[in-house]
This record gives sequence, C-alpha cells and structure tokens, in this order.
Amino acid sequence: MKIAVLSGKGGTGKTMVSVNLATVAAPSVYVDCDVEEPNGHLYLKPENVEREAVEVLIPRSNPDKCNGCTECVRFCRFNALAYTLDRLKVFPEMCHSCGGCKVICPQKAITEFPRTVGYVESGQSGDIKIHTGIMNIGEVAGIPIIDRLSEKIPEAGNVFVDCPPGSSCSVMESIKDADFCVLVSEPTVFGAHNLNMVAELVRTFEKPFGVILNKDIGGERNPSEEYCLKNNIDIIGRIPFDRKLGLLSSEARIAVAEDSHFKKLFSEILDNIKEAAQ
Amino acid sequence: MKIAIPVNNESENPDIAESLGRAPFYMVYDTETKTSKTIYNPAQDSPSGAGVKAAQTIVDTGAKILLTIRCGDKAFEVLDGAGVELMEGFVGTAKENIDAYLGGKMSKLETIHAGHHGHGA
Repeated sequence: MKIAVLSGKGGTGKTMVSVNLATVAAPSVYVDCDVEEPNGHLYLKPENVEREAVEVLIPRSNPDKCNGCTECVRFCRFNALAYTLDRLKVFPEMCHSCGGCKVICPQKAITEFPRTVGYVESGQSGDIKIHTGIMNIGEVAGIPIIDRLSEKIPEAGNVFVDCPPGSSCSVMESIKDADFCVLVSEPTVFGAHNLNMVAELVRTFEKPFGVILNKDIGGERNPSEEYCLKNNIDIIGRIPFDRKLGLLSSEARIAVAEDSHFKKLFSEILDNIKEAAQ
Repeated sequence: MKIAIPVNNESENPDIAESLGRAPFYMVYDTETKTSKTIYNPAQDSPSGAGVKAAQTIVDTGAKILLTIRCGDKAFEVLDGAGVELMEGFVGTAKENIDAYLGGKMSKLETIHAGHHGHGA
C-alpha cells in the first residue's frame, strides 16, 4: 500500500510521522518528495547510498537557422524565451521542458540539451529502503525530481511518501499514485486553515484520507480537531504534545525504535490507516 | 527616439505604474513626432515570467529608453540585451517623467531587484 503523508502547513510533523510509520511497518520503503528540504534521511541514516542525477531538456537556438519569426516566444506559456537583437534568449529556470518550442519552430532551429536540476539518492537502513529527492539550490521546480522518485516506488509493499508542505503542483505530483493520504495537523488556527486547503486537494484527487492530530494538548481547544468533526473527516491518530517525543525528534532519533510507548502509538495509527484505506 | 513608460491606464496623461512587469499598459512616446501611443501589456496576468514577457513587449515597440521605478533581474537581462537604457522614474504622471528625462534631470536605474519568481512553481 502506498501512503502519502502531507500537510498544508510546514512543521506539523510530516517527516516525524513518516519515518516512525515506515519503521513500525518495516520492511518498507520511505520516499522523501520534500525535495527542497529533504530531511527524512537524517532520521533513517541510509547506507550504501547511490546517487543519480535528474536532468531536464532545455532548448537552444541555432542562430544560423533562426529567422526571428518569434513563434517560439509567443508559444511559451512560461515566458522562458525572449528574442532580442537577432538572437533567442533562454531562461533555463523558467523552462518546464515541454519541448513545444522545438515542435513549433518552422525553421527547425531549436535543439534540446540536458540540464541537471537535482539528484535522487537511494540507500538502505535495516529493513527500510530509502529514496531521497534533492533539488539543486536556486532551482524553482521540483516536479522532475518527484517524477523520478515515483519511478522508484514498487508496486507492492508498504510505501510511505513524505510530501512537500503546501498544496501546490509538487504536492499533487507526490500524491498521484497514493492509495491513501495521511494529513498531519497541528492544534492552531493557522494549522486548521492549511489543513482545509490540503483536504480540498486530496478530495479533488478523490483519494481516501484521514487526519492525524499532532501536538494535541488534551483538554485544550484544537482547531484542527474542530475542523475534522465539522466536516466528518476521519481522525486516524492523535499524537499528544510530548516533550520526550520532541527531544527524540530534535536529535533525529526514531521514537518507535527507542520507546515501547511510541511503538504502540504508531502501530495503532498504522492499523487505523490500513482499516480506513480498505 | 522612442521612450517607454509603464502606466496605469490608457488616458492621455496617465500615472506611471509602480510595477514594470505587471503594469497594465506601456506608453511609448516618440520624441520626433512628439506623439505617444499606449499599448496593452499581455504579461500582466502571467502566472510566472511576467518580467520576461513584458520586457519582450517593450523591446518590440522599438523603444530605446525605459523610464521605470523598478525592474527585476530577468526583465533587465532582456532589456539590457536589446540595448534599452533604463532610467529611474518617479511616482507621478507619464508627462512629468518624460519632461524630467528630456530635461536631463533623471539618473540611470541603479538597482535591479531579484524578481518575484519561484512562487507556486
């Protein structure tokens, strides 16, 4: 089963939840799609890591063939091309590598060249296979890296996809193949607002989903819980605000591997996910 | 010689627009005929890359001078590559800006900001 872990807001505990679930579910596969800031590897400490580059194709114009018709400039929806002083200027980081300019050019003046935008690192930690997407600093679009990560996901087995925060294109790309979505929330008004955004997203994708109330303070108001109750959303787990859990996580230690109390807590959440996903 | 200015509307003497890439219109003033025309900026609602597209529009007008309050790095690359000179405009009407430029009271735009790209990519 492929389980995507996401949250509208950053810092709600996606990675903490993902690595702990992957550990109680082992043998498993952990995929870090948070390519701008992948940090699951800090917890899981993969060994025998192999690294492969992720490349995209970028256009280049042959000035001897180009007659300055600017069809390509007008075609580009991402405004990655400009034509000045008899030559085509390409802004590589704006380009989405659709290849449309090459197709549309009447002079066949455009060829494409690969450009590295990031890496995928694959390694092993005990019974957990780890794939980490890493976007190069200065790049703006992580989609090609997430695409490559998707190719690494096996058809069978317990797969946990740690998604980027927010509800943008990169999140949509990350949950594309998921069988179930876990939404990690925190007990703040801001958290509930962003939980709503991401709940709308997974509904649009018609994915079954449930919410984990993280940092829950018993007896105190939890805006994310109120949101779930109001909208009939399944609460599949409740992780109390716990200093010990915070300390373990701050040292990049996996709580379920060190404390039977947390092992029980996350095992129950995993059971709830499996039940809800059916 | 043609002078371009980002402006807020199509009237005869509009105010300068504070944004270059997202300005609704550009006014192009011809110093030889002493006439001006206003063109629509097709980049104003672009999800991304407005600066590049806007700069292309300005280059295509044949203007060699641009009076603007601000300019992002990508737009600058296009404009500079096309030999357009950027002068630092000020809040006021297009006419006030043109008069200041023609009177030699305007300095070159020194600061190019890093742009607003990368959001929602």
